[in-house]
Amino acid sequence: MSGLDFDVAHLLAGSLVLISFLELYQDRLYALLNVFALHALVLALSVAWQAYVQDAPHLYLTAALALLFKAIVIPVSLHRIIVSLGIHREIEKVVGIGATMLFGIGLVALSMVVMLRVTAEAGPLAREDLAFALSIVLLGLLMMVTRGNAVSQVVGFMSLENGLVLAATGAKGMPLVVEISFAFSILIAFIVIGIFLFRIRERFDTVDLEALDSRRGERR
Amino acid sequence: MSFDPVAAVLIIPLAAAAVLAMLPGYWLSARLNVVAALVTFLTALSLFFNRPAAGLYLQVDDLNNVFIVLTTFVGFTTSVFSASYIGHELEAQRLTPRFLRFYHAMYQVLMFAMNLALVANNIGLMWVAIELATLTTVLMVGIYRTHEALEAAWKYFILGSVGIALALFGTILVYMAATPAIGEGLDAMVWTRLIARASQFDPALLNVAFVFLLLGYGTKVGLVPLHAWLPDAHAEGPTPISAVLSGLLLNVALYALLRFKMLLAANPHALAPGPLMVTMGLMSLVFAAFMLYRRRDIKRLFAYSSIEHMGIIAFAFGMGGPLANFAGLLHMTMHSLTKSAIFFAVGHVTQVKGTQQIAKMGGLTESNPVLGWGLVVGVVAIAGLPPLGIFMSEFLVVTSTFAREPWLAIVLVFGILTGVGALFLQLNGVAFGEPRGGNAEAKASYAPMFAHLALVAVAGVYMPPALVSWFQHVARLLG
Repeated sequence: MSGLDFDVAHLLAGSLVLISFLELYQDRLYALLNVFALHALVLALSVAWQAYVQDAPHLYLTAALALLFKAIVIPVSLHRIIVSLGIHREIEKVVGIGATMLFGIGLVALSMVVMLRVTAEAGPLAREDLAFALSIVLLGLLMMVTRGNAVSQVVGFMSLENGLVLAATGAKGMPLVVEISFAFSILIAFIVIGIFLFRIRERFDTVDLEALDSRRGERR
Repeated sequence: MSFDPVAAVLIIPLAAAAVLAMLPGYWLSARLNVVAALVTFLTALSLFFNRPAAGLYLQVDDLNNVFIVLTTFVGFTTSVFSASYIGHELEAQRLTPRFLRFYHAMYQVLMFAMNLALVANNIGLMWVAIELATLTTVLMVGIYRTHEALEAAWKYFILGSVGIALALFGTILVYMAATPAIGEGLDAMVWTRLIARASQFDPALLNVAFVFLLLGYGTKVGLVPLHAWLPDAHAEGPTPISAVLSGLLLNVALYALLRFKMLLAANPHALAPGPLMVTMGLMSLVFAAFMLYRRRDIKRLFAYSSIEHMGIIAFAFGMGGPLANFAGLLHMTMHSLTKSAIFFAVGHVTQVKGTQQIAKMGGLTESNPVLGWGLVVGVVAIAGLPPLGIFMSEFLVVTSTFAREPWLAIVLVFGILTGVGALFLQLNGVAFGEPRGGNAEAKASYAPMFAHLALVAVAGVYMPPALVSWFQHVARLLG
């Protein structure tokens, strides 16, 4: 792999991690959706670059799916759902921004240490991609646990999934990537439709333990 | 074109789902559901005799054959139970005919997804199948559309999705570990080829992959501390779905985990997956056993009991070795049969009493003797009292552990006994004493419940030698 190929791939994957951090400190839902659209756009670019570098035309399909579905359709429809359900525009935080960012830095360091150590035999691009991908996955998880409402949890889940797509495209020649990214899109579509149909506004929906009072301990 | 039973096990449920999605009317669709499940079961049985060679996507071997037959059998009996249960729900107007059509179609899609996950020879395909099974069960858990049901479905959805996502990351890592030895492309995701070359994989990458797979698929198995979705999903969905979730879907997820455990076991330098599974299994067992005492909802009670038993099964497979694996397989089979029988009974009990609250029901053996005693036998069986099947398998797990790790066995016995105490305490209130609670007429079909209980009772006394040697063979495969 020539120097330029590697550098561009590295740049795009690294930007994804940075954008994940951007998502972490947004405190307005609309801004969060815009940042997520950027995340999906960079993912689409990164996948398209991999398709070009690996000479794997089927990956263009995954890139197009990411661009159309995750950078355009989902943010627009979430935007509409926020309006029509009258969801609070501000994001409730379970943990403060400073602590979340510090924790996020720790998670990135952790994934670098783990992945770079265990992938010593793989190619340099695959190594970096996996380390970045794990960082994005962990940052997505962090967002899901530190944010209280359904929409920002879904955004957290989607950026987690972007990390998985990055890992799958970075693994050279991996079959079924298109099918898997398609299956994930269906999953996300279901979640978004679920928010709308179930009219999940604020906090009953979370994995946040305080919110589940009606079920926990079966107090009635 | 010759008859291919593997394809048939997949095509029959899918075709049935398509037909059921269009059929109006309860009478016909409930019966068609039963017929489709029965035909699938018979086809699965034929796999014992006529088994095509492993392909790039599908395969049947001695291990998953057991799982497929068990899945399709419980799928069939549950469809019989579901016919009478759903008929009652329709009369009580908890379900509208439109949702009913959806319910039957989803039931068959779920059967398809579970069968696909079991026969998949490709770790990517297996992942897609388990995702599909998760989606269909989420939709069915939320079918009553009450506040609690939607909340349970949402919680299951989010936790299940995160689990599924982590499992995919693990799957990608396994592929990465395999490419240096096998080469890029489809071959590096085909399980039969992976296991043949597993000793040449990079052990460090394989270790990390297994941790993700354990967390991911472990969420679906309901291992503590990843179990939070399980009691809600069991309590709020229709009872046939609780039976299928407990009896089958948890097994399917565990099966996926076992396949990857075999990969690690085949690599001498990889970490031993056993201790991780043993720890999570024991945690699930002890935690769930204590949780049983304070349950007030009868379906949640048995959901926690499922966590307890999945813990025992994960523990047994984690211990490994021919005897513990044999015990694990036997326990899994017995638990599937018993727990679905209990849910059949509980489904009718809640319909008769008009509530799921344990405090509001009582004296079941007096008011509804057949149902009441059926439940008593089921709980006695699940508690592991002799001479029923679960006693056999728990006894084997405990004795094989005592021989190797006495300290672990003490924790195991402590957990099991704690659970037994809770179950009998709760059963006493529900089954005996003054009859309490509503007294609607039970229009139940008792056949599925007693068929399961009879099988469990027979297995406790006499196991056919052919079955024993089959299980022993599979146990050796598992390593």
